[in-house]
Amino acid sequence: MQIHKYDTVIVGAGGAGMRAAIEATKRSRTAVLTKLYPTRSHTGAAQGGMAAALANVEEDNWEWHTFDTVKGGDYLVDQDAAEILAKEAIDSVLDLEKMGLPFNRTPDGTIDQRRFGGHTRNHGEAAVRRSCYAADRTGHMILQTLYQNCVKEGVEFFNEFYVLDLLLTGAPGGRRRSAGVVAYELATGELHIFRAKAVIFASGGNGKFYKVTSNAHTLTGDGQAAAWRRGLPLEDMEFFQFHPTGIWKMGILLTEGARGEGGILRNKDGERFMEKYAPTIKDLAPRDMVSRSIYTEIREGRGCGPDADHVYLDLTHLPPEQLDAKLPDITEFARTYLGIEPYTDPIPIQPTAHYAMGGIPTTVRGEVLADNTEVVEGLYAAGEVACVSVHGANRLGTNSLLDINVFGRRAGIAAAEYASATPDFAELPETPGTFVTETLTRLRDSEGGERVADIRRELQETMDKNAMVFRTEQTLKEALEDIGALRRRYRNVSVQDKGRRFNTDLLEAFELGNLLELAEVLVVSALARKESRGGHYREDYPNRDDVNFMRHTMAYREVDADGNESIRLDYKPVTQTRYQPMERKY
Amino acid sequence: MSSTLTKPGPGPEAAAGTSAAAHKITATFRIRRYDPEVSDKAVWQDFTIEIDPKERVLDALHQIKWDVDGTLTFRRSCAHGICGSDAMRINGRNRLACKTLIKDLSPEKPITVEPIKGMTVLKDLIVDMEPFFQAYRDVMPFLITTGNEPTRERRQSAADRERFDDTTKCILCAACTSSCPVFWNDGQYFGPAAIVNAHRFIFDSRDEGGEQRLEILNDKDGVWRCRTTFNCTDACPRGIEVTKAIQEVKKALITRRF
Repeated sequence: MQIHKYDTVIVGAGGAGMRAAIEATKRSRTAVLTKLYPTRSHTGAAQGGMAAALANVEEDNWEWHTFDTVKGGDYLVDQDAAEILAKEAIDSVLDLEKMGLPFNRTPDGTIDQRRFGGHTRNHGEAAVRRSCYAADRTGHMILQTLYQNCVKEGVEFFNEFYVLDLLLTGAPGGRRRSAGVVAYELATGELHIFRAKAVIFASGGNGKFYKVTSNAHTLTGDGQAAAWRRGLPLEDMEFFQFHPTGIWKMGILLTEGARGEGGILRNKDGERFMEKYAPTIKDLAPRDMVSRSIYTEIREGRGCGPDADHVYLDLTHLPPEQLDAKLPDITEFARTYLGIEPYTDPIPIQPTAHYAMGGIPTTVRGEVLADNTEVVEGLYAAGEVACVSVHGANRLGTNSLLDINVFGRRAGIAAAEYASATPDFAELPETPGTFVTETLTRLRDSEGGERVADIRRELQETMDKNAMVFRTEQTLKEALEDIGALRRRYRNVSVQDKGRRFNTDLLEAFELGNLLELAEVLVVSALARKESRGGHYREDYPNRDDVNFMRHTMAYREVDADGNESIRLDYKPVTQTRYQPMERKY
Repeated sequence: MSSTLTKPGPGPEAAAGTSAAAHKITATFRIRRYDPEVSDKAVWQDFTIEIDPKERVLDALHQIKWDVDGTLTFRRSCAHGICGSDAMRINGRNRLACKTLIKDLSPEKPITVEPIKGMTVLKDLIVDMEPFFQAYRDVMPFLITTGNEPTRERRQSAADRERFDDTTKCILCAACTSSCPVFWNDGQYFGPAAIVNAHRFIFDSRDEGGEQRLEILNDKDGVWRCRTTFNCTDACPRGIEVTKAIQEVKKALITRRF
């Protein structure tokens, strides 16, 4: 087992991790650990754009952006954080341009902007052009640009180093400090301890517990699960976003920018059904509303296809030149995976599990919270793994590429400044590798006979069926029961690859453990939230209940003296500044 | 198919063949296996599975790994051609496993899957990517500017932006570099991907590092090694005109205009 020492260690090399790394490397000795290669991160799959009130093409300002973010999040957003997000958005976009990002341009040569769901002029009057974009590959350009600048700054990467554990001093409930992380080197199977004064988790989402998802195979909640196992809370995990336009059955993302460019959703009768649900901004309503509307159409028998199980994204009225210039990638996806020509035929779509609004709770400086008020010294998180909370109950499109840049930068600066001001490293636990060694040995040596793929498939099936766009007490209880049974079976899971080199069989087994634990947190949090808000819709409680539920869920893992695990739920107040909750209409 | 969608009909899904009653075929995947912990020799191994031909080669590899042989090892992440993890040689041609549908591979015959060429194989379909990324880093793939930073964005006309659009699409999957016969014979050659990424900056009107990059590529292992076989262009899963980009860099070296 090798031991390394760095001032700052960043876990994950997507947008948030690399944005943090650019800042941290300038200020402290920094290492970035990623289970992939940096340019493989899922930031690269983001398409439509990054919101900022540049006002390059029409009147706009950050206050309108703040309001849209708060309203889009169904008032569960912490308003101080949303204000920072919207204000710093402008410099964030300009910083990326200066780093070389090739944005699309206006005729004047400034950054071009387009419409996106839920972004409006003057508090909801009409859709506004706020999304800064590079065709439909904005995430790809952000990921490439940040990696290029990491190369420029000489950021030190440890590629294919999989962080499996977080090391903390102290015990849950007491004062805690980060001591480092334990990483598994894929190439050799060797364990590495990275001691660090500051650790930043930027390890992305956890959508792989759903079957139809836009998430990469590798989005297995590794950071959330590591924090969870060490007794840190997870905030608002019941809020998961279903993006309205995933390729039917496959879940591959087709950007909301397609509707920003004028695309229309239609049911089997050719009806533009969003006119009924959001008369003002129609197809550009926030994602939670559009996804519910699609499933309402399907449930009421107006779905398309032989099984009436999807609707159409219609781009056929848009000029082919516009599709080629503004939406080249998604039109190619339709051709490659469906054999459909979007110039002439509508594209079959269905909502796809897309984004975790919840995650590891942080302050606006990226500091991880150990409870409602106390921070864990030296521990930070940013991006999808974190919950600041700028997305509340439903994230607006283009606010996640923004989030990773604004809060990635903030976390990078705060972590490196903390590391520089802190003379000593925290003591390592006596046997820092114990959890990882024991877990991997158990998985490798087990002859239980349960297969990873079977358990994962069943987990995804129950989550799709019971904890997706529409939920009830009954479906959630069913999911909880299923997950409990799957967790018991998981104890007997075994792998076929017993080797040390690139043992992805073993790591998939570990990842499944993460997904099972996090799915349970989602379902338990969702059961307790007896209201409907944003992405969490309870058919048995169809209204928002501000009296009882205008508060963040804080879930904790508890283990009793006999080693039995349970989930305890607590709540945290929402920070409200300018905006009083109103009915959410579009 | 009418685009007005006024009549209920079979819908485009019928054309796409993705209806619920998708039929499966029997297909054999002949995969190049290598695990130095087991043997120092690489071998071919056949896996015959039932699979819907509209599925991706990556789906087949997963089916084999998940249901038949967990030791089969390959890289993958996004599964839709944007992360660049799963470039491999499929039926003798470099492609992304997640962008290649089984039906397009004559599945009545065994489909061969092997690691991309010219790079050290570490296990099964996994190769050592470090030399590839080193060549990329060597061309200074970042915007170089002098003088004070502007307060707002740098202006760039839509035409100037369009000039290097093609080479911004690169996902660093190495399909091009590992299809290049010059690279197979001489691993010191920068290779198409590094040149594509140099092109992306050389032809960016905001950049001032063009001369430095051109000098790097004027090296004996630089652009002059290219023999314009177009393998790279054929291999690129993003449709980048790689050979054209290399030719433009050569031309810029001669004329010093870019």
